[in-house]
Amino acid sequence: MTLSAPSTPSRVPRPPAADGARLTLRDAVLGRRGAPVLAGVGLDVVPGEVLAVVGASGCGKSTLLRTLAGLLPPLGGEVAEDGRPLTGPGGGRALVFQDDGLLPWRTARANVELPLAIGKMPRSQRRARAVEWLGRVGLTGCEDRLPHRLSGGQRQRVQLARALAGRPRALLMDEPFGALDAQTRAGMQQLLVDVLRSTRATVVFVTHDVDEALFLGDRVALLGSSPAAPVRLVAVPRPRDRAAHDTAATAAVRRDLLESLAS
Amino acid sequence: MTGEARAYRYLLRTVSLLAFLGAWQAVTALRVHLWVHFEQLPTVVQVGKEFGHRLGTGAYWQDLGDSLDRILTGFGLAAVLGVAFGVAIGRSRLAEDLLGPIVELLRPIPAIALVPVAILLFPSNEQGIVFITFSAAFFPVLVSTRHAVRALTPVWEEAVLTMGGGRWRVLAQVVLPGALPGIFGGLSVGIGVAWICVISAEMISGQYGVGYRTWQDYTVVDYPGVLVGMVTIGLLGHLTSSAVEFAGRRATRWLPRTEQGADRGAIRRRARTSPAPVRGSLSAPEGVSEDRPRTDPVPVPVPDSATPGR
Repeated sequence: MTLSAPSTPSRVPRPPAADGARLTLRDAVLGRRGAPVLAGVGLDVVPGEVLAVVGASGCGKSTLLRTLAGLLPPLGGEVAEDGRPLTGPGGGRALVFQDDGLLPWRTARANVELPLAIGKMPRSQRRARAVEWLGRVGLTGCEDRLPHRLSGGQRQRVQLARALAGRPRALLMDEPFGALDAQTRAGMQQLLVDVLRSTRATVVFVTHDVDEALFLGDRVALLGSSPAAPVRLVAVPRPRDRAAHDTAATAAVRRDLLESLAS
Repeated sequence: MTGEARAYRYLLRTVSLLAFLGAWQAVTALRVHLWVHFEQLPTVVQVGKEFGHRLGTGAYWQDLGDSLDRILTGFGLAAVLGVAFGVAIGRSRLAEDLLGPIVELLRPIPAIALVPVAILLFPSNEQGIVFITFSAAFFPVLVSTRHAVRALTPVWEEAVLTMGGGRWRVLAQVVLPGALPGIFGGLSVGIGVAWICVISAEMISGQYGVGYRTWQDYTVVDYPGVLVGMVTIGLLGHLTSSAVEFAGRRATRWLPRTEQGADRGAIRRRARTSPAPVRGSLSAPEGVSEDRPRTDPVPVPVPDSATPGR
């Protein structure tokens, strides 16, 4: 498991956001039919940004993400991508699940090939492209393993490779590192930062870990802190910079978020 | 599993079989008459002689071919249609509402009770027997497919949908492969009941076939012949269900089963004999705190040691 050392200064400038999708919710009601979870949600995810979403369990983080993916139609209001209302899943919005998102009967490579096949890439090119993506997430040599032969961290790398191989315009991540131990998680965060350098996709990253949100996000959206304001947005002082963890500015934002979560 | 352990298991199975035949030979040759009467039952030797004689006749092989032909046609149709209907009912509410009630009403009827209907419906006995075999295997396949389809992890489907896949893609890449373990469960049950029904139907209305021959031998009081028929049915049934099991294991090799499969005994033995802690998946709770690939102590690529024999 090779990872770039997290100690190197890693203030990562991301490429200009020409390709990322803009995701907007206006006065949206989210949830399953008959069981709304969030109401009056207004949110504008800027093209190319990393928006971290935090909130207590059950506050609707996953519901928000599934709505943005198009899997869950809004019960009211408007959900749009680049100004056009979302009609369903697909359309270049890839979803990374917490765990078990891989098809267990397909090898790591075959899992990564699936979005390429759906995107009608010729069979001859798929294999090379999938192997290349697996290499990029540090899984060279594991191409032919089935998911249950991979560790939890490795499976999440395959999911990341699979999501990015489809060249999405938005990457929606649902607590992707939530089931990993602290050390693996830190490594995966760094890996994510590294691979995001090569894409301009907009990222919505759901987590219950405030530190993870403050490391990865350009902004943090706090969900469900009060019914009057279902979404509170906080700017992150120095995104994707490990050294910023102990600065006074980050500490202040962290305290603010933790207090809102506890209330 | 090591070759030695495998040889040991085959030895046990052979001993078991020989003990059974020995007991049979003993009670019949000694004309045991406790409350159960063994003195009329042919001995193993008599049955073996008769078997050897029949193997040399063309009639035996014709019966065998006829029965196999009937069961494979009926079972094949049941497998295809059972999976198709099971998937439809499991996936579509409309299909469930339209087909569900009919299925639930027809399902409890034993296939062999359909003989009168089969005689009315079909121009010849041949098609009637295939129909009865089909009816026997169809429902187990349908029901297990329906359950397997409904038990699929929703995340798999959502993953394919968010990649831009449509419903056919979901069907081909998620529903069918994901339901295969359940489908093969239904096929295993199905091939068993198909044999019961093909033999019964042949006994009632067949011309040729193992079941027909067995019944004929009974009516002329040829008991060794009857037992040859039974042994033939047993062997054919074992052969076909082994084939289904084998195909099932080949098709579902992705299931993570080596840890809890047939190797359990070996692992337990090893854990008992060696003082050192068994490494890997046994010692640590799965993937919670440890980010290590789940490696088995011994990789077991041979499929036939992966599931307990049924």
